[in-house]
Amino acid sequence: MKRERQRGPAPARLAVADVLRVGASGLRARPTRVVLSALGIAIGIATMIAVIGISSSSREQLLRQLDRLGTNLLTVAPGQTMFGEEAKLPIGALAMVERIGPVRTAAATGGTDATVRRTRHIPEAVTGGIAVQATTTGLLATLEGAVVKGAWLNAATERRPAVVLGAESARRLGLARAGVQVWMGGRWFTVIGILGPMPLAPEIERSALVGFPAAEEFLGFDGHPTTIYERSADEAVEAVRAVLPRTVNPENPEEVTVSRPSDALAAKAAAAGAFTNLLLGLGAVALLVGGVGVANTMVISVLERRREIGLRRSLGATRGQVRVQFLSESLLLSALGGVVGSVFGALATTGYALARDWPPVVPPWAIGGAIGATLLIGTVAGIYPAMRAARLSPTVALTTT
Amino acid sequence: MNGPCPVVELRGVSKVYPGRVHALRGVDLTVEPGELLAIVGPSGSGKSTMLHMIGTLDRPSGGTVRIAGYDVAGLSDRELSALRARQLGFVFQQFHLAPGVSALDNVADGLLYTGTGRRARRERAAAALERVGLGHRLTHRPSQLSGGEQQRVAVARAVAGDPPLLLADEPTGNLDSASGTEVLAVLGELHAAGTTIAIITHDTEIAAWCPRQVRVRDGRIVAEMGSEMGAEMGAEVRAEAGVPIGEGGGREA
Repeated sequence: MKRERQRGPAPARLAVADVLRVGASGLRARPTRVVLSALGIAIGIATMIAVIGISSSSREQLLRQLDRLGTNLLTVAPGQTMFGEEAKLPIGALAMVERIGPVRTAAATGGTDATVRRTRHIPEAVTGGIAVQATTTGLLATLEGAVVKGAWLNAATERRPAVVLGAESARRLGLARAGVQVWMGGRWFTVIGILGPMPLAPEIERSALVGFPAAEEFLGFDGHPTTIYERSADEAVEAVRAVLPRTVNPENPEEVTVSRPSDALAAKAAAAGAFTNLLLGLGAVALLVGGVGVANTMVISVLERRREIGLRRSLGATRGQVRVQFLSESLLLSALGGVVGSVFGALATTGYALARDWPPVVPPWAIGGAIGATLLIGTVAGIYPAMRAARLSPTVALTTT
Repeated sequence: MNGPCPVVELRGVSKVYPGRVHALRGVDLTVEPGELLAIVGPSGSGKSTMLHMIGTLDRPSGGTVRIAGYDVAGLSDRELSALRARQLGFVFQQFHLAPGVSALDNVADGLLYTGTGRRARRERAAAALERVGLGHRLTHRPSQLSGGEQQRVAVARAVAGDPPLLLADEPTGNLDSASGTEVLAVLGELHAAGTTIAIITHDTEIAAWCPRQVRVRDGRIVAEMGSEMGAEMGAEVRAEAGVPIGEGGGREA
């Protein structure tokens, strides 16, 4: 017989599968309550996932567009003179730009005073907001645009009364095919082509384009370009940008404005995530309320299940095992809410993105964060009820009726 | 186990609850392996406190409690839990079965804290249910079982791990007399097969059925009837009490 501090039997360790099974059986016994309290968590998580997912999808859409369009397009336009008057680009500006080493393609357009109408009977003031512009034949290649109907201007047609319509101007004129005639600058022009969309140059979508020689001959165009488009190698964009004003107008470089149309898209992409903070906050509040609901459910559960706790203690459960049981129950409860919420959030994102023709994007870090948040909430919400359950004396628990 | 030590050994055990309620006043009791005894007394006599002492659910205010050779006072709460898991089986008046869970899983969960694997738990649970005559009711839920059957499931849960001592607290208190007889018959069979059983009851008829009776009143043992070696004699007493025992006794219901 041992006298001093006898060693008692060591309690058996519960397998993880058994811990989860016991926790799940506690939930299965009260399905309605479980569904309702998990719903609180699910709403919070779904809100946050959807907010993050939708703004990510929107950003992804813009970035893909940017990728497709390229960021190496620069436009040159006349600025203002020292005296605040409208400046003009020199007639030879395009040729100068084409001579810059890294420039691959360049093209120019020039504004005219003409208007375009379906017939001569339509009043001249009804322009439909369509600008008639002279263009060089390199424009289509430089903007990487496409002709959806008919053909683009070539060396022959740029001298003839032929016009190519931007997508928007064709729509406004109610034209869907090439070959018809429109009334421009006091004579008939034949529509030889209709362009597709030009996201980087929306002004071209709203134009009727004729060749430089034809514009000079039939529309009184003065030959001064109003916009020069150029594309260079990606890595040379900044260098080209720096030399453009001096190249285009060596006498008055300050009268030249250079811009990068893709900058607007990039700014939009950067801004796509900014307005979501408020909505994320709302989701966090919903999540917090859900956590309080879980804690409440667990406290009630402990009160109701004193006899079960007493029985488990009599069967040999240690205080730690009772604590772990209620903690795992709380964790499972909120994890259930988290999983359901993630699924609903992802579905909402997908539905919204597909309706808008965006690529649906649910970032993995958002799902990971959601699961982490629910595990944290489950733990915090479960600690107090679990401690109460563990502290319950077995005799008191058993005599509860 | 270290030799043939007593299953239960109480020496001068007293228990005082807050408010100077003396539930036990110096109780001595020894239970040898293989005994079937009744601790009998009216309500408030201290018999429930004795159950708590023997069941290591509570600690004495004075005296020594030894269960299977372990001094309860020297054990931590964790060690006491492990002791309960391996050495003791409990049967309660209110059955304490999990609703919506099959008889087999109710019994198998009784072995959860013994460190037995899940498959082995279910096998032993099936065997235990067979022993109490419920081999044909494995998948039934408590709501589909009669009161007597529910209590037999609880008995199966208590003996599934073959504990050296089975503690039954008013096992027939919630049952009609036919069901009560059924449960007592199962306990009788287990005793015949070698299980040590202590029944806590206020019912003198049930007490009379046991070979050894310990009468408790006002926290003291006031009388002992039946000898410690009364296994054979107990069988006669049980026969006199008219309780059906032996093979198939519990299966007729």
